[in-house]
Amino acid sequence: MSGTFVGMPAFPEAAHEAVHNATLRGNLRHATHTIRAKRAKAVAEVSDWAALREAGKQIKDHTLRHLDRYLVQLEESVTTAGGTVHWAADADEANRIVADLVKATGETEVVKVKSMATQEIGLNEALLEEGIHAYETDLAELIVQLGKDRPSHILVPAIHRNRGEIRDIFAREMSEWGRPAPEGLTDTPAELAEAARLHLREKFLRAKVGISGANFMVAETGTLVVVESEGNGRMCLTLPETLISVVGIEKIVPTWQDLEVFLQTLPRSSTAERMNPYTSTWTGTTDEDGPQTFHLVLLDNGRTDTLADEVGRQALRCIRCSACLNVCPVYERAGGHAYGSVYPGPIGAILSPQLRGTQSEIDASLPYASSLCGACYEVCPVAIDIPEVLVHLRERVAEGGLTTRDGNKVVLKPAKGHAAERAAMRAARWAFSHPGALRTGQRLASRTRRFHPRTLPGPGRAWSASRDLPAMPAEPFRDWWQRTQGGRKADSK
Amino acid sequence: MSSRGVILGRVRRAIADVRQDDTPYGQAIDRSYLREHGARSVAETVDLLAENLADYRAVVHRTTDDELSELLMRLLAERGTRTVLVPPELPSHWLKAVDATRVHDRAQSTPAELDRVDSVVTACAVAIAETGTIVLDGGPDQGRRRVTLVPDHHICVVHVPDQVVSSVPQALERLDPTRPLTWISGPSATSDIELDRVEGVHGPRTLEVVLVSGQPRAEATS
Ligand code: SF4
Repeated sequence: MSGTFVGMPAFPEAAHEAVHNATLRGNLRHATHTIRAKRAKAVAEVSDWAALREAGKQIKDHTLRHLDRYLVQLEESVTTAGGTVHWAADADEANRIVADLVKATGETEVVKVKSMATQEIGLNEALLEEGIHAYETDLAELIVQLGKDRPSHILVPAIHRNRGEIRDIFAREMSEWGRPAPEGLTDTPAELAEAARLHLREKFLRAKVGISGANFMVAETGTLVVVESEGNGRMCLTLPETLISVVGIEKIVPTWQDLEVFLQTLPRSSTAERMNPYTSTWTGTTDEDGPQTFHLVLLDNGRTDTLADEVGRQALRCIRCSACLNVCPVYERAGGHAYGSVYPGPIGAILSPQLRGTQSEIDASLPYASSLCGACYEVCPVAIDIPEVLVHLRERVAEGGLTTRDGNKVVLKPAKGHAAERAAMRAARWAFSHPGALRTGQRLASRTRRFHPRTLPGPGRAWSASRDLPAMPAEPFRDWWQRTQGGRKADSK
Repeated sequence: MSSRGVILGRVRRAIADVRQDDTPYGQAIDRSYLREHGARSVAETVDLLAENLADYRAVVHRTTDDELSELLMRLLAERGTRTVLVPPELPSHWLKAVDATRVHDRAQSTPAELDRVDSVVTACAVAIAETGTIVLDGGPDQGRRRVTLVPDHHICVVHVPDQVVSSVPQALERLDPTRPLTWISGPSATSDIELDRVEGVHGPRTLEVVLVSGQPRAEATS
């Protein structure tokens, strides 16, 4: 499947490079710490956060348990409201459907609002092969696209770029794509935003086809929801004549009322705001208002395989808020690119290996890209127990076992020889030679202690699979590791 | 087999391990979260709306129905507005004191035409105090979604306290999901450059919200 960055080194090597890039690390550290503090404040404002989180989890779990029923219901309501529903089993099929729909309009340009699903399937590249230019309109996506770069964060994909770099990219590249950057552009954020506004406005005003994802789809009404800040979403959703939305099948909620939970938890978890500047909802088409043709492409691409895993399926509850990235000590050090996928950070570490399988080196190493400190679980607005899934996936990599690929049950062999062990060791060497990366999280480590007695968490998991391990001491894992050099030295405590 | 059949088949096999559970959806979810946060009087709820709107950099004005037209005239004049977009059924007395040329959004109007208009004045469907949000539902006093998107200056009139609810759950109860909705909380913004918040990217860079109470100002309870 597409979506793996080709030639991507496994996590430890990629992380190693990132750790030595001081600009990248400085940008990331500033960014994640800023959002982290703001989020905590936004969450503290609502006294019923725990109840909202639990309700969000239950709504998503219920939906997943009855996903067949809700998919059929959604298809009916969207169709009744004037939309057309398409089903895509994998990335290639989704790309083909979208390309054919665009070609049928006779257009060779589309405007896009930021969407993880279309990045996951590599839609822009697929469209380009068909002679169709897709313009990203989210400011950060524009920076990434003009910089011929890759996104590094779910919410702020250009988080790794500072203002000086952005200025240079705009000054150099905008003229290639349309309206050039203003003469004498400086690096103040307001001027850069103005340059983007002018550059994109001409594209919005003439666009005939818009492409989006969606944050939620309501089965009972057929309503789609897009949550955004800049207004580029509204432009793409309302000005074009044709709208094509590509949405993962797990984005369904059963009822309109369910939005009352997520429209409270999502903005506070992602941008740390009481409410994001713009939220658009639409149900099929509306006479004389907005696109008169609406297509919904429902995307599987590994989601049903993920659903088949009793432990791993909880990853499908994710509402892509990115809170788990911002608290992750490993993400902060390694940067988003090290995860080799459009889904970086803790969620990427459990989602990518499930959507893509664990055959490739990067996907086999991702479950080790964590110190299991548990901070991601603490902040997750749908209570995904990321450490639990990480440990589960480590077991799968190291020991093999039954899993599902493309809808078929397959038995995975244990990672060849000591490949998993080697991957684990490399990850460990990186992580533990940077103790600062872990210290933040260590205080929370007790929360994962329930994993400790039977299987050794962390990079040592593969190790313990082939060696007898002493009972896990109560001391922090990092200390244990350093004291024993990962168990190679006799445990002399 | 069609991909529809393939995907639904995979879903059914994937969840085959899950115990049958026929609890009606209405009872399946623990909704013990709050319907609104905190107890406030009607006047306090309106004050909170004003406060939260301002916190997200909307410019807030308060007036009475009698004085609305004067206020709108002043706001548009101060802005130097020469042309103002008007939804089909905006109450005619709102703009009776306004000099700017009225522009109507027709189905055939192009986005480029709207881009040349200075300002837009609309009503709203509901406003949410806790989050500082106004919601438009495309009603005849609000117009198509694009009229509040393309012009750079939006004045939105909210009737208080009738159109104000406390919370997101209460707003969803009042709204009709079959209508295209736009929820607006402050002017458009981005934090994509080093997380510095910059107001105004693609939507209107200036959002003014006018809270109008029915009674003359002196009798207002707030
Ligand atoms: S896993 Fe949870 S915290 Fe992370 S992006 Fe998804 S919903 Fe947000």
